[in-house]
Amino acid sequence: MTATIYEAPDEALDGISDGARVMVGGFVSASSPTNLIFALKRRGTRNLTVMATNIGFGDRLDELCEDRQIAKAIASFAVRASSARASRFEEQYRAGEVELELVPQGTLAERIRAGGAGIGGFLTRTGVGTQVAEGKDVLSWQGEEWLLERPLRADVAILKAHRADRLGNLSYRMAGRNFNAVMATAADLVIVEVEEIVETGELAPNEIHTPAVYVDRIVRCDPVEVRWDGR
Amino acid sequence: MAAEHKPRLTRELVAMRVAQELAPGSTVNLGVGMPTLVAAFAPPDANILLQSENGILGYGGFSEEAYDQDLVNAGGQPITLNPGASFFDSAASFAMIRGGHIDTAVLGGLQVSERGDLANWSVPERGGGSIGGAMDLAVGARRLIVAMEHTTKDGRPRILRECTYPLTARRCVDLIVTDLAVVEVGPEGLTLREVAPGWAPGEVVTLTDAPLTGPRGVPEMEL
Repeated sequence: MTATIYEAPDEALDGISDGARVMVGGFVSASSPTNLIFALKRRGTRNLTVMATNIGFGDRLDELCEDRQIAKAIASFAVRASSARASRFEEQYRAGEVELELVPQGTLAERIRAGGAGIGGFLTRTGVGTQVAEGKDVLSWQGEEWLLERPLRADVAILKAHRADRLGNLSYRMAGRNFNAVMATAADLVIVEVEEIVETGELAPNEIHTPAVYVDRIVRCDPVEVRWDGR
Repeated sequence: MAAEHKPRLTRELVAMRVAQELAPGSTVNLGVGMPTLVAAFAPPDANILLQSENGILGYGGFSEEAYDQDLVNAGGQPITLNPGASFFDSAASFAMIRGGHIDTAVLGGLQVSERGDLANWSVPERGGGSIGGAMDLAVGARRLIVAMEHTTKDGRPRILRECTYPLTARRCVDLIVTDLAVVEVGPEGLTLREVAPGWAPGEVVTLTDAPLTGPRGVPEMEL
């Protein structure tokens, strides 16, 4: 199936309804789908469950909290160890207004990978003996304790790649693969902003990081500059 | 002068001491905060391969030239690449980490117990805190070095019989480098290996809650 090319990010998000579970790619500033985040803000979709490795750490995802569009986040970086430089998400979390499932970053990546790969769960030593293990099955194997972690899927993934061809194949630049490449496999509807759309065949087979089978919609946008002071 | 008011190592000197622990040719992940500084003190001819959990193997120093928002480390800082660097996605990156392919990880710490339990992500009285990649690195790296301050700002020990803060992982720490000492974690407990220049072993023991063996004849750190 060929990906559908959209002219504007707002239209590319058609069909995302209130209460949707949305994966958001990117790592801090790297290949974060900022145009699609802004479009989601303009559309005012509410009661979202957002899955992203970071919220309010050099990304613009935190701006969805201005109008309280996020009800729950599943993330690895979302709250600082002190409230001195709190993001909007943190303020709402500390006030008990949004829900947070804090997940170790590698477990988050692997749960999404499992969700996209038809795997029903996996065993990891990460989180054994910590708060992360609460309510989860612990199994013994080879003399060690392992946590049973379950897959994650979403209704929608919003992602950023560098280039796409018209078929929907994606290529990332620099450290842009991060969570984008794995989230592309684990959502019912995958929407990708790219800096350039080329004719099918112009991306060499070995420079395609996400094959077109995973991609539903692409939209060309100028990248938004994101800067972070590291705090 | 009372011991608690004597000068301690700066963050840079702690990082310099940690850098001495990195074996030539090893693959190393540096955590956010003080561990990040270690990169600057690794000898260039040691061919250390730095991994960043957002999907980079073989980064160099921090970029002071043109800012590229797609080329940042796990702390979001702009970086440069060394020849031979590679990129991969986050699932592959943590497979590398959990799969035992990282020789050494250096993480910051809030508390370490005498068994090597680490707490480094949340201070309960402040609320909040984030796990990031710390739990995966703590269980996955072959050797874990914790770089931290020996005591809290109000002088309470951070090396304890039991951690009181939420744990990152149990029995994961191999070596603790603080602004006062180098402490090794072994099956029999903690051994004081070195003290900061100007500090007596007994003074370090006083500021440590967990028992330390070997406080006689402990050398000063060479920096």
